[in-house]
Amino acid sequence: MAQKVIAGISVDVNDEGYMTDRTQWTKDIAREIAREEGIELTEKHYSVIEFLREKQAKGETLTIRSVGTSGFIDIKGFYQLFPGAPMKKAAKISGIPKPASCV
Amino acid sequence: MKKLLILGAGTGGTIMANKMRKLLERDEWEITIVDQYKTHYYQPGFLFMPFGYYNKHDVVKPKTSFIPFGVNVIFREIERIDAASNSVHLKDGTNLRYDFLIIATGTRTAPEETPGLMGPLWHKQIFDFYTYEGASALAGFFKTWKGKELVLNIADMPIKCPVAPLEFVMFADAFFTERNLRNDVNITYVTPLSGAFTKPRASKVLGELLVQKNINIVPDFYMERVDNDKKAIISYDEREIPFDCLITVPVHKGDPVIGRSGLGDEMDFVKADKYTLQQIEFPNVFVIGDAGNFPTSKAGSVVHFQADVLTENLMCAIEDRPLTEKFDGHSNCYIETGFGKGALIDFNYDTEPLPGSFPFPGIGPFGLLKETRTNHYGKLMFRWIYWHILLKGKEMPIDSKMTMAGKKM
Repeated sequence: MAQKVIAGISVDVNDEGYMTDRTQWTKDIAREIAREEGIELTEKHYSVIEFLREKQAKGETLTIRSVGTSGFIDIKGFYQLFPGAPMKKAAKISGIPKPASCV
Repeated sequence: MKKLLILGAGTGGTIMANKMRKLLERDEWEITIVDQYKTHYYQPGFLFMPFGYYNKHDVVKPKTSFIPFGVNVIFREIERIDAASNSVHLKDGTNLRYDFLIIATGTRTAPEETPGLMGPLWHKQIFDFYTYEGASALAGFFKTWKGKELVLNIADMPIKCPVAPLEFVMFADAFFTERNLRNDVNITYVTPLSGAFTKPRASKVLGELLVQKNINIVPDFYMERVDNDKKAIISYDEREIPFDCLITVPVHKGDPVIGRSGLGDEMDFVKADKYTLQQIEFPNVFVIGDAGNFPTSKAGSVVHFQADVLTENLMCAIEDRPLTEKFDGHSNCYIETGFGKGALIDFNYDTEPLPGSFPFPGIGPFGLLKETRTNHYGKLMFRWIYWHILLKGKEMPIDSKMTMAGKKM
């Protein structure tokens, strides 16, 4: 398992840079990963991140569509917060695995 | 009499009816299968129809031809599954009680989920090839079409047979080359994924094949709507791709009855254990194939491998023993690459497609993750195997568990 120092903390990551232990995640880590992705986190970002982490903890499958139909944020808004590839970027920043839905 | 009820007489339901009728005593167990449609489609054949390689007779047969003697068949629509009281209500008011239930209701394309997709251009310049109607309409269109922008778009994942869209564009490359029209047809592959396929090594190999064939790839494109006036597809982040002919792989959903019955996720796929295939709330309910929310390909090969696991686990449940079999996510797909060649991938939940030979290490005859003529004949042979062996639940010389033998790391 690869290790990476993010925001001064050594965390476990896979070969694509996704954290493999969600308990190591902090808001500072999120901010630093987001910067690498070219995103400056706002309160709105953090609320989406919390939402995704809760869903993932319950074992729910996360997809752009399921997030967009959740009533929490619509797909357009999700794209505005995490441009380009929202689910992949948001998962990485939230310290949760890359969604396994794309099989 | 005890009752085993199977919902859906497609690939999964038909195989299970055949397997279970052999195992369960006829004087103790009644088996009933319910489906709203009487026609069984060989769905892998839809890919071949637009190019005139297959016609109606290759892909259409009556469902009853494959359901064994001793199984009741009901061709009626299902209203609701009431799992708490072990019964299924049909639209006409009939109530079917069961001891064990197999859900094999599959998945369907839902073009209505994307605004504009079923607009004025639907089946005129916009086609799907995942339905018999779409594939037939496209076959007619391609007979006279002269170009220019051919765009294939995948609306969302998961979809049935994730390699079929790749096969489609490679077939299109060969088809228009053979007609001396390739210079007039620009082919673009537009996907919500970050590359040609979902798994890294296969994505690289298949992505390179597309480049060699002069097929453009637009990754990370998540379609929001279709503009019929502009003839363009538009993504959620407002990128536009113009088309003269759009091939769509629409959003896929489970059967509406799953949603009505409260057994599914937000896309109406049944929530089930990916290893045991048991529904997560009701231990006497099992799921096979596309109907489930399993994180594997929605494909016939998966159904075939799951059928062995399900047969074993269902027998365990019936005999009140702990479930002993685990599905490993095994999937095995022939990939047509055009000009009489094909590739083959073999993978599961944990192991991505790797190069090598299949099924016999070092011998093959099939080559993994490479283009060969034998792989193409494997795919053609498969149609015969499907109708004559697979649906009837007979033994095949391929284990339901994936093996690393013959694969190179």
